[in-house]
Amino acid sequence: MLESLQTGLYGLTSGVSYLFSQGGPNVIMLLIAAALLYLGVKKEVEPLLLVPIGFGCLLVNIPLSDLMEQGGLLRILYDMGIANEVFPLLIFVGIGAMIDFGSLLENPKMLLFGAAGQFGIFFTLLLALALGFPQLEAVSIAVIGACDGPTAIYVASQYAPQLLAPISVAAYSYMALVPIIQPPIMRALTTPKERVIKMAPIKRSVSPQTKLLFPIVVTLVTGLLAPKGLPLMGTIMLGNFMRESGVVARLTKASENEIANIVTLFLGLAIGGTMEGHAFLKPATLMIFGMGFIAICMDTVAGVVFGKIVCKLTGGKVNPLIGAAGISAFPMAARVVQVQGQRYDKKNHLLMHAAGVNTGGQIGSVVAAAVMLSVLKGMGLI
Amino acid sequence: MDNAKWTFGLTMMIVGMGGTFLTLWILSLVMDLLKKVFPLVKAGSSEKK
Repeated sequence: MLESLQTGLYGLTSGVSYLFSQGGPNVIMLLIAAALLYLGVKKEVEPLLLVPIGFGCLLVNIPLSDLMEQGGLLRILYDMGIANEVFPLLIFVGIGAMIDFGSLLENPKMLLFGAAGQFGIFFTLLLALALGFPQLEAVSIAVIGACDGPTAIYVASQYAPQLLAPISVAAYSYMALVPIIQPPIMRALTTPKERVIKMAPIKRSVSPQTKLLFPIVVTLVTGLLAPKGLPLMGTIMLGNFMRESGVVARLTKASENEIANIVTLFLGLAIGGTMEGHAFLKPATLMIFGMGFIAICMDTVAGVVFGKIVCKLTGGKVNPLIGAAGISAFPMAARVVQVQGQRYDKKNHLLMHAAGVNTGGQIGSVVAAAVMLSVLKGMGLI
Repeated sequence: MDNAKWTFGLTMMIVGMGGTFLTLWILSLVMDLLKKVFPLVKAGSSEKK
């Protein structure tokens, strides 16, 4: 009887005793979970993701919780949609359904800004290789520079699942920090004269047929040139085609609301579930966060420098600040450009131009990832 | 960084960045073409004055 009571009591106290004996990393992660929840709830930093990620992190770091073991809730969610990349792709359908590519179609050359804004990916790839990461891990880390959470998760879950947690947390954190990271770089790289350049207003010139055919054409072109990235581009364009067709309003609405919301919850929880202390707290995690920061900075540098080149080539008709919007963080990066432009001239409205560049950045980030995967495939590495 | 890693990194940089620019440039041309083939018809523009 006494023995039975003792084993019963042991069952009740084993979690606490684990915490005190070998639960140091778990305690640190519980504090990180609290910080993520604080940022999401109090500061409203990407709350849709940081709240489930933070809670998943909290759940998995309660000692002996078994939630990430076979049959555990978080493991089921992970296997259901991250291990097979379904969740990021479903989110892409929702993103496509939400985006209006009209401002990009008004001036398609803005897509080139979206290419320049991906430089951080390739710069970070070299950096990660120099720091000793294996090739596929370096590629997965570099994709943080796409400033695109679902793309980063899609690539990391396939080619570096052991780094999925730091990569996805870094990707979403830096996306949220774009309004803090970008402005100093934009100011440092432009002259006061360049910052006040007014761009000609955009004339409405896109027909409904063009908007409808756009997602099909993009899918065909990128699918032919970079087939390994077709799941990414195909899903985002499926969402956009449904939106522009106007005949499947229920599907469009479900994609951008119910499906996107449910998947975001599952995705966040599952990512949080990968943040178990003993696996997460490694020097590599800090290095990934550092490289992610550099990646976003280099995206901004390349975008603004490209803007300066275009400004020179067009005889001063393009404000170089819009180059900073050539990343995937939509519509945050476009808003940053608008705010910075108005800081130096209250009557300068760059928002529509920046929105075009920003949607170009969204396509650019997916194209960059697709091109990378296709090159890897060509080199026989995947 | 050893030679193989440099080769890999620089290949990815050149082909990756170049491929991204090329793909997006082609897309921009196709989008321009689409706009030409399907121009915006302003409401009332087909009516005779």
